[in-house]
Amino acid sequence: MSSVPLAAYLTLALILFCIGLFGALTKRNAVIVLISIELMLNAVNINLVAFAKYSINPGLTGQIFSLFTITVAAAEAAVGLAILIALYRNRQTVNVDEMDTMKR
Amino acid sequence: MLQNSWLIPLFPLLSFVLLLIFRKSKGEGTAWIGVLLTGLSLILSLGVWIAVWQGDGIKVEGTWFEIGERAITIGYEVNPLNALMLVIVSLVSFLVHLYSKGYMHGDERFPVFFAYLGLFSFAMLGLVLSPNLLQLYMFWELVGLGSFLLIGFYYFKSEAKAAAKKAFVMTRIGDVGLFIGMVLLFWQVGSFEYDEIFASVRNGDISSGMLTLTALCIFVGAIGKSGQLPLHTWLPDAMEGPTPVSALIHAATMVAAGVYLVAAMYPLFQASETALTVVAVVGGVTAIFAASIGLMQKDIKRVLAYSTVSQLGYMMLALGASGYVAGIFHLTTHAFFKALLFLAAGSVIHAVHTQNIDEMGGLWKKLRLTGPLFLIGALAISGVPLLSGFFSKDEILASTYADGRYGLFWLAVVAAFMTAFYMFRLFFLVFTGKPRGDQSGVHESPSVMTLPMIVLGVLAIVAGYLNTAWFGTFLTDFLAGGPVELAHGDHHGPSWIPIVATAASFLGIGLAYLIYKKGTLSRDWITRSLPGLSNVIYNKWYVDEGYDATFVKGTKGLSKLGVLFDKYIVDGLVAAVVSGVQGLSKVGSRIQNGQVQTYGTFAIFGIVILLLIVALTGGYFT
Repeated sequence: MSSVPLAAYLTLALILFCIGLFGALTKRNAVIVLISIELMLNAVNINLVAFAKYSINPGLTGQIFSLFTITVAAAEAAVGLAILIALYRNRQTVNVDEMDTMKR
Repeated sequence: MLQNSWLIPLFPLLSFVLLLIFRKSKGEGTAWIGVLLTGLSLILSLGVWIAVWQGDGIKVEGTWFEIGERAITIGYEVNPLNALMLVIVSLVSFLVHLYSKGYMHGDERFPVFFAYLGLFSFAMLGLVLSPNLLQLYMFWELVGLGSFLLIGFYYFKSEAKAAAKKAFVMTRIGDVGLFIGMVLLFWQVGSFEYDEIFASVRNGDISSGMLTLTALCIFVGAIGKSGQLPLHTWLPDAMEGPTPVSALIHAATMVAAGVYLVAAMYPLFQASETALTVVAVVGGVTAIFAASIGLMQKDIKRVLAYSTVSQLGYMMLALGASGYVAGIFHLTTHAFFKALLFLAAGSVIHAVHTQNIDEMGGLWKKLRLTGPLFLIGALAISGVPLLSGFFSKDEILASTYADGRYGLFWLAVVAAFMTAFYMFRLFFLVFTGKPRGDQSGVHESPSVMTLPMIVLGVLAIVAGYLNTAWFGTFLTDFLAGGPVELAHGDHHGPSWIPIVATAASFLGIGLAYLIYKKGTLSRDWITRSLPGLSNVIYNKWYVDEGYDATFVKGTKGLSKLGVLFDKYIVDGLVAAVVSGVQGLSKVGSRIQNGQVQTYGTFAIFGIVILLLIVALTGGYFT
């Protein structure tokens, strides 16, 4: 069981986070940006779970915490999609380049 | 009477204020305000003079403010010297006011002219009454202001404007000297009071080098105001002002302020042999220098202006040669006959509407009063016996000779010859011969103008008897009551001096007669024989050109450099800062594009950089 080292989990989480970050920062489609953010969240979840198992005091706290995170992420995704739909109705687009109202 | 002497300057001030209020009024009755108030000043001055004659004097002072332990005072003082000045100033001022009533007739800014005259008279009388140098300095500047305003009275003429500015700037150079001298004296003595300054001079509290320095600095002020070499160039240009102004300010009173200053500070000068020599040399050289220029001028007023410079040089020469009384005496007589000459010239100009003597001629028959009066003035200034100028000039020559300054003595004799020559050149060219211009409308001036001239004419004849070897030296006795110790009681040099002086003046008159009346000698025989010299003299020794080439061009060059500095270095710096800020903000505004993703990218970069720094330096805690 313990043949997979902590570093492997962390590396996986890092790669996942970087992919998510890249997607969140570069993609034009708001839906993909949202998905990329989910990816980053899940990278964090992997970290939580990995540390729960491999830290100096192993316990269930990290796993339970990641369960909470998944729940909140689901809710957040729902809210984010709702906002996206509202935006789409309003602006007829999901291109983030056109969503520059902060500039004005 | 003496207690009220502080009122003397206030009457003209009142006239100034009143006339400013009525400056828009069209009627010429406003002139009477000025005439009346200066008349009151005159009456008071005469009263004061009589009281001083009887041996009185007064000095009233109060503290104005205190600096540390030193009190700066303000007040008024009457002693023989300034009592005499009061009479001269208020008398000439009164007569000029009266004369201007006729001369300025029809001028648009008639009341303003009288207001300025009032301001000037106030300043001049205040200057004379001042008991300390600081107060004198303030009035000194006010007098300069009055002169500036009046020279530039015809401000729409560019020459008048330039002349006013020139007078202001040139005298300011002298004023700086006076100011430095004043400050030095205050530093040494701790007071601006004449009395205290003289006391410490007598006690030897001031080192002799410092004495000479302060005396010379003060003399620089006098040079500026009295148009002595090398600051004389403003005075001839000041003739752009109306002629009554030339008579009042640039002949009788303000330019005499320099002489008055030297006389008022005389104990200081007496204490320094060097200072006296400088005064004498500057005076003597100015006398002959200006007289030589006067020989060839074509403008009637400019001839008189150079003559004024020359006569002021005479006064300085007298003061420098220990001829205190002679200097003051000449100041008095000169004030009368030069004011007379200017007023007569004004009357001529009023009649023929030109100042060029080449366009006059033959006016003797047409100007029945002006002609003889001008002749009286010319005779007086030339030093013809029995007229005022003869006595005062003789006394100057005698004191110069008695002081052992033989070189300057002969310079002064030559200057006297030149004076006689140019005055009679002027007289013959203007009043005799055939008319050389249009003289259809020529008529004698109104009586309001001739009356002051007659008064001055009488004074130009009799003023000389104030101080003669024959009837009594009233003026010497009078001035002996003042603060100045008269070193040599009288200056009656060898008896041949009056003969030489008279000969010089008759020679000058005779030569002028031969050239300009009889025509026995051709007009240009000197010019032809000495073309170089006469050219130099005609161009006023190129002094103006010299100043133009050195100071004016120098200043202009400097200011051009300044402009370049401003344009390329100061403005360049500003432009660099501006473009730097603009460039930065352009970059900033490009970043500020409203895209959340861009902001996020920068935030990530920021965190990465921070983390890198932490990682490389090992964190906060090392």
